Amino acid sequence: MSPSTPDLVPYDEALSRYEPVLGLEVHVELSTASKMFCGCPTGFGAEPNTQVCPVCLGLPGALPVMNAEALDAVIRIGLALGCDIAPWCRFARKNYFYPDMPKNFQISQYDEPIAYGGSLDVMIDTDDGPQTFTVGIERAHMEEDTGKSLHVGGATGRIHGAQHSLVDYNRAGIPLIEIVTKPVPGLGKYVPELARAYVGELRDILRSLDVSDVRMEQGSLRCDVNVSIAPVGAAEWGKRTETKNVNSLRSVERAVRYEIGRQAAVLDAGGTVKQETRHWQEGSGTTAPGRSKEEAEDYRYFPEPDLVPIAPTPERVEELRGTLPELPRALRVRLLGEWQLSPLDMQALINAGAVDLVVATVAAGAPPADARKWWLGELARAANETGTELSALPVTPAQVARVVELVADGALNDKLARQVLEGVLAGEGEPDEIVAARGLAVVSDEGALGKAVDAAIAGNPDVAGKIRDGKIAAAGALVGAVMKATRGQADAARVRDLLLERLGPPE
Amino acid sequence: MTDSSTGDLVRRTAVDLAAMITKGEATAVEVAQAHLDRIDAVDGRIHAFLHVDHQGALAAAAAVDAKRSAGESLGTLAGVPLALKDVFTTAGIPTTAGSKILEGWRPPYDAALVERLRAADIVILGKTNCDEFAMGSSTENSAYGPTHNPWDETRIPGGSGGGSSAALAAHFAPLAIGTDTGGSIRQPAAVTGTVGVKPTYGGVSRYGLIACASSLDQGGPCARNVLDAALLHEVIAGHDPRDATSIDQAVPAVVEAARRREIGGMRIGVVREFAGEGYEPGVLASVRAAIDVLTELGADVVEVSCPSFTYALPAYYLILPSEVSSNLARFDAMRFGLRVGDDGTHSAEEVMAMTRGAGFGPEVKRRIILGTYALSSGYFDAYYGQAQKVRTLIARDFAAAFDQVDVLVSPTTPTTAFPLGERADDPLAMYLADLCTIPANLAGNAAMSLPVGLSDGLPVGLQVMAPVLADDRIYRVAGALEQALDDRRGHALLEKAPTL
Amino acid sequence: MPSITRDEVANLARLARIALTDEELDHLAPQLEVILEAVARVGEVAAEDIPPTSHALPITNVVRPDEVRAGLSQQAALSGAPEAEDGRFRVPRILEEEA
Repeated sequence: MSPSTPDLVPYDEALSRYEPVLGLEVHVELSTASKMFCGCPTGFGAEPNTQVCPVCLGLPGALPVMNAEALDAVIRIGLALGCDIAPWCRFARKNYFYPDMPKNFQISQYDEPIAYGGSLDVMIDTDDGPQTFTVGIERAHMEEDTGKSLHVGGATGRIHGAQHSLVDYNRAGIPLIEIVTKPVPGLGKYVPELARAYVGELRDILRSLDVSDVRMEQGSLRCDVNVSIAPVGAAEWGKRTETKNVNSLRSVERAVRYEIGRQAAVLDAGGTVKQETRHWQEGSGTTAPGRSKEEAEDYRYFPEPDLVPIAPTPERVEELRGTLPELPRALRVRLLGEWQLSPLDMQALINAGAVDLVVATVAAGAPPADARKWWLGELARAANETGTELSALPVTPAQVARVVELVADGALNDKLARQVLEGVLAGEGEPDEIVAARGLAVVSDEGALGKAVDAAIAGNPDVAGKIRDGKIAAAGALVGAVMKATRGQADAARVRDLLLERLGPPE
Repeated sequence: MTDSSTGDLVRRTAVDLAAMITKGEATAVEVAQAHLDRIDAVDGRIHAFLHVDHQGALAAAAAVDAKRSAGESLGTLAGVPLALKDVFTTAGIPTTAGSKILEGWRPPYDAALVERLRAADIVILGKTNCDEFAMGSSTENSAYGPTHNPWDETRIPGGSGGGSSAALAAHFAPLAIGTDTGGSIRQPAAVTGTVGVKPTYGGVSRYGLIACASSLDQGGPCARNVLDAALLHEVIAGHDPRDATSIDQAVPAVVEAARRREIGGMRIGVVREFAGEGYEPGVLASVRAAIDVLTELGADVVEVSCPSFTYALPAYYLILPSEVSSNLARFDAMRFGLRVGDDGTHSAEEVMAMTRGAGFGPEVKRRIILGTYALSSGYFDAYYGQAQKVRTLIARDFAAAFDQVDVLVSPTTPTTAFPLGERADDPLAMYLADLCTIPANLAGNAAMSLPVGLSDGLPVGLQVMAPVLADDRIYRVAGALEQALDDRRGHALLEKAPTL
Repeated sequence: MPSITRDEVANLARLARIALTDEELDHLAPQLEVILEAVARVGEVAAEDIPPTSHALPITNVVRPDEVRAGLSQQAALSGAPEAEDGRFRVPRILEEEA
């Protein structure tokens, strides 16, 4: 690739001439205790090659046996996405050589997925307000994850220029569910937003099903973005690219936007878009092609002989359907009523990825309005600054609920509450510990507060006079003076009360 | 052998040895030592073993003796020595599958079958030679050199499990384990005058069996007589949750069936398609004579046609290579085994290809490439897909036949042991050795080969096939036939083999 | 009549990651041709109404409980490795990105 940035057609201009088609493939690591086909644990971050056995190392003679919990999970996912569940299906071997794949084939499903033909409704902001789009789900199928390679000798663990690689197979064999959308045409300029909203909605569903950690930053939810564009009005869709390694909601949106601009530039220059796999580069916000192969891959799929077919009975499927929780969309409809939110309020929560967090905070005792205020305010700001998802912040709904409670009790004011949350995010401990350690309690000693109020009145005779004359609005200046004198640790409402007591407001 | 008692020990049956050990007439260590001594003295000529585990065998035998001294109960085959085909993983003991690509590999785990052998206090003498990854019918495809047939050292001992069958015929061990993907237990048994059983698919766990073709592979017992085979069958068979294709049902009562020695009223079908051109007259004559004995024993013998069996061989040589091409992909120089070309200049991809080029022999390469072809997108339907339909037809032929009869019989293999080298570079001729044995693998049936006579001084085997999970029927037929033939002959067929 | 060229065999060998010498290729292509001709007989059986069989027995739904079982220690896992480093399998440099 040349050092200069490849040509990009500005997004709006690209959309004026080209029609994009979107497709998304999401890989979800299930949070089962053991791997897909063996009894090895699935925890994240263990010492390398300590969660392995002959099966997931692909040693000669080892055989896979399906994890019952993973099967239940994929059926529940399928049902939550409105899919049909196959009455009979098989695993297939996907054959290709790669050092982090122990058997040099991946056990997957090919033309007989366990779940197929569903849909997912996704709401996004449009020029005409929030609008719902239905994304078709082609299939959801089971497969196994690969190991992880560390590339040594090149620049910062990159594959290019590396002298050798070190492979850890702890991740190999962790259950993966691949969820593939049907191609989504006709979205026009909303394609990036829809892509992001789809992945977010899917994540919320998976979280509500309690089948996965769905942590994009840890790779337990990974997204491949397929984009093609064709001139507006063209009879056929364009060649699509598949962009891998897109590991945050924000990146999903950016990657789609980038690919549209890039492909438009290619077509504008009279070129053709190459059907290829590309990789998202988080740093530069661009996509780059993988090393092009000499010939097209032929995975030589065939039925996995070591695993017997899966044939869930209708009774079992219905039993699993009965275990489905209230799904996010239904939950939101209910909350709209219970919390008396406007659709725009709700959309703000969805966009921020805050619905589940607010629900959990409310469940921990906080009033909905307060819970929303903190998650969409202070905490959203913190997430933005660090470039993480709200859910990835090191603060729990219970902690937020406690802060809300401290404010309601008058022990904290909003300013102090913000400092407490800062402390939580900085890992200083629980809210109460931080209040104690930082000495953040509101000044509630009436004597000390009274003196500060008296001092403020004495120091600002003009303002005091105006208040005595009935200009209550002027009280704010004196409240500010008191807050300044107490370094913000006073309850502003109480200060105001004390001021008005002393300055004799008209009843 | 000058020591007559030692010489005696190696010629005894497994049943006898177990009884002697239990009664204290011989210690397990004496029994193991007698067999190890014979291996050390004679195996230089036969090359049945790739690895003899003197230390492990004697330690296991000593443990049996200690158990007996302590008054603990012993299994029916406790202390009996066994030769294990080198396609089962053995923890800490070299396991090669007859391939250079696994030279020096010591697995970190025991196969399920090995666990069962150990739990039954059977003494594993070592690992036997075989065609590389169990692909072949002569054991000439072993990377470590061929095994010689104890009946005639210039001839093949069958394959792929030629080491195990030769070990039995040479009196290196009274019991052996083989694996049968297309006949690799039965055909070696036939050409060495021994007994070999392919149990019903799923009857014996494949966990730890280095796969050739997963949907066809089946481990099974090998012995010098039917009852010993049945006793070993009972030890190794049974459900294993680590093998998803393992059958979760009671093991058929094979020992009881082998002891019954009576077949009055059984209906026996002779497969019409397995005779005629390509079959040695001496083989057909021995088989015919054995069938006559079955009639004399009161069986109701009829001819049965299984027309699709003639498509078994081509279907097999598509299904097997396809599965092989995938199963053997893991031998890539990354995690275990041979690595060639890692000199800092070659990429992982190149090292994989160089290692596989250097580590696999010609037949393995041939089958991997054939399988890669058959699974390719443009050819899948015409080859692999069509072969799977043949598989259905063969199962239907079996089902129709077993509506009429209890068991089917045929020659095990069309010829007696052929000379070493004769078919080495003619794959199609070599493949014909499995002509009669393959249908049972494609359909999953139980099948056995037992010695029924000689043709020009070389052993001939009769194949007995039974429906899925009716393994007991083959033992019943074989037990009765073996006794009748031994009675008529005045001794076991193997007595005619050279003493070496 | 199936036919397979030397180039096709070379391609298949690449796909199967087997380095073949020129002599091996010369030998293998005609052998495979003969074998393919023989196995092509499977095409003679009627097609449409016959379901394919992938597994010998009609067993379904074999699963294991989602329970953690002891696996291998790091040392045992790496015991057969041609090369190991820092608790990982050391492999030559990897050229291609994951498929």
